[in-house]
Amino acid sequence: MTDQSVENTVLQARHAPRLRAFWDSNIIYAFRHNPVAIVSFTVFAVIAVLSFCAPLIAPYDPYDPAQIDIMNSEYPPAWVNGSLPEFWLGTDDQGRDLWSTILYGTRLSIIIGLCAVVVQAVLGITIGLLSGYVGGRTDSILMRLADIQLSFSTLMVAIIFLALTQALFGSEVFGQYAVVFLIAVIGVAEWPQYARTVRATVLAEKKKEYVDSARVLGFGPVRIMARHILPNSLSPIFVISTVQVANAIISEASLSFLGLGMPPSQPSLGSLISAGFDYILSGSWWITVIPGVVLVVLVLVINLLGDWIRDVLNPKLYKG
Amino acid sequence: MFAYLVKRVLQAIAVMLAISLIGFAIQGNLGDPLRELVGQSVSEETRQQLREQLGLNDPFLVQYTRFLGNALQGDLGTSYFFKEPALDVILKKLPATLELVFGATLLIVGLSVPLGVFTAIRPNAILSRIIMAVSIVGISIPVFLTAILMIYLFSVELGWAPSFGRGETVHVIGYWDTNFLTADGWAHIVMPSIALSSIMLPMFIRLIRAEMLEVLQSEYVRFAKAKGIAPWRIYFVHALKNTLLPVITVGGVQIGTMVAYTILTETVFSWPGMGAMFLEAVNRVDTPLIVAYLIVVGFIFVVTNTIVDLIYGLANPTVKLARMGA
Repeated sequence: MTDQSVENTVLQARHAPRLRAFWDSNIIYAFRHNPVAIVSFTVFAVIAVLSFCAPLIAPYDPYDPAQIDIMNSEYPPAWVNGSLPEFWLGTDDQGRDLWSTILYGTRLSIIIGLCAVVVQAVLGITIGLLSGYVGGRTDSILMRLADIQLSFSTLMVAIIFLALTQALFGSEVFGQYAVVFLIAVIGVAEWPQYARTVRATVLAEKKKEYVDSARVLGFGPVRIMARHILPNSLSPIFVISTVQVANAIISEASLSFLGLGMPPSQPSLGSLISAGFDYILSGSWWITVIPGVVLVVLVLVINLLGDWIRDVLNPKLYKG
Repeated sequence: MFAYLVKRVLQAIAVMLAISLIGFAIQGNLGDPLRELVGQSVSEETRQQLREQLGLNDPFLVQYTRFLGNALQGDLGTSYFFKEPALDVILKKLPATLELVFGATLLIVGLSVPLGVFTAIRPNAILSRIIMAVSIVGISIPVFLTAILMIYLFSVELGWAPSFGRGETVHVIGYWDTNFLTADGWAHIVMPSIALSSIMLPMFIRLIRAEMLEVLQSEYVRFAKAKGIAPWRIYFVHALKNTLLPVITVGGVQIGTMVAYTILTETVFSWPGMGAMFLEAVNRVDTPLIVAYLIVVGFIFVVTNTIVDLIYGLANPTVKLARMGA
């Protein structure tokens, strides 16, 4: 580009409204031209909005025992013979309206997935920055710890931790704090994913001149790490975050399915599927299959968005 | 290389000690061994006497050393429920789990390499696009859901395959009964194996494809092409070899996940392996069995990871140097 054209673009950018600049930015341009990304994002947005508006949309409150009648249990969805008009997706084994329960359950699954990833990111980014920037002994100890943590699969660690907590506290108390336990264990077990990626980018960024000049200007290490290096390592963080959310939702569902997560009284998608599994042999397939389909669609669109973001940002992800 | 080996083995021992410490802490805090032994109807005096006899009043370090000494001799306590040595209970269940893992591994190794290589060589072919689309759907379905949906479709609706248990097995040696020698055994193991491999297979296809695409861009592959070497030889001998290194590392990490997935698969299919046994032990608060499972699984993790690291160190000279320095 010549100096003249650079000046022109700069001028245009200054005069164009913010929204316009955003619309023309690389990532939005790539988004507008990728039908898979558009569809995935739309589906995700619809699921997220519907589930977060659950208290407004849902015709029944699955947490309110007064609204649940066991006599209503196992009614099939509207398109199957023998259904009731007020339950268009049917009812589950306890007589709860499946549509309402799925809305609340999806909200719970998304919240647990997002919070767990926030915990992972905060822990992992802090350790990764520290490890990469300080280097030396700190770095080798932290990365050895990451290796060891990573060699134990998250699901295995979570199963053992939750099984023991449940045996220790009894299922009553455990059920009350299940959300906290799930977020904590999925969050803590996966920090190395972030730590390794951030460390790899820090090692690359550290050698660049802007870091030297910041140091010469007398900025402290914390400021350099947080204000200078971190913003430049955001794209790989962005890429792994989407995949991590999908994985966290799968982990939560798997743990709840094993009875080590959300109790049947506050079902997430996983515990709903688990409750329905006992009835699948007797023909009440909808209790399992409908929440199952919601779960798969939710995870699938997040994974598709993750693939798309990776292709767009195309960072050199740290492998191994 | 020798220094690296010693370092790696020392690390493995340190991790194993940490696991045994966790196991010991669980044994001391979960449930009351005295109540399991004699029940409620014993006076406080005999209770104290028994505590003294069993060494439950000894200092922490003495108890831990005893626990460790017993564990090294293969004594991990006696299961409250089965009234048998906990290690024996696990060893009896181990073959069923290993056969399941073997079936799934067979599927993963047998399918991921050809499919991964094909999608990398012909990225735009319709078949490649179908494989990639199916694999992203596969990655998005949790293992337990695949298992449930397979039961619903093939056992409940179509009645093609049985939905639970191992069926007819043939005794081989010791605790090992095999599924692979009878038709009924095969019918029972097919669905659990497919379910167990349902997330890993697409994962490995995607991994092999990504690595292969990278390798195919490299100078030496272009040079081999220019030299006129047959394409299949370039793909499967020259390129695949360098693709497999990262696959080995990921494979090592995935062994742990595979053990976790066996718990899910065995629960859905009522497969009498050690994963389902562990969940039952948790529900019964059978502390010795829980601890024994923890230690056996930890041992499997540590051993396989150490071996994978050593293989990687042997196979890749650059990594060997970098890691030995670290």
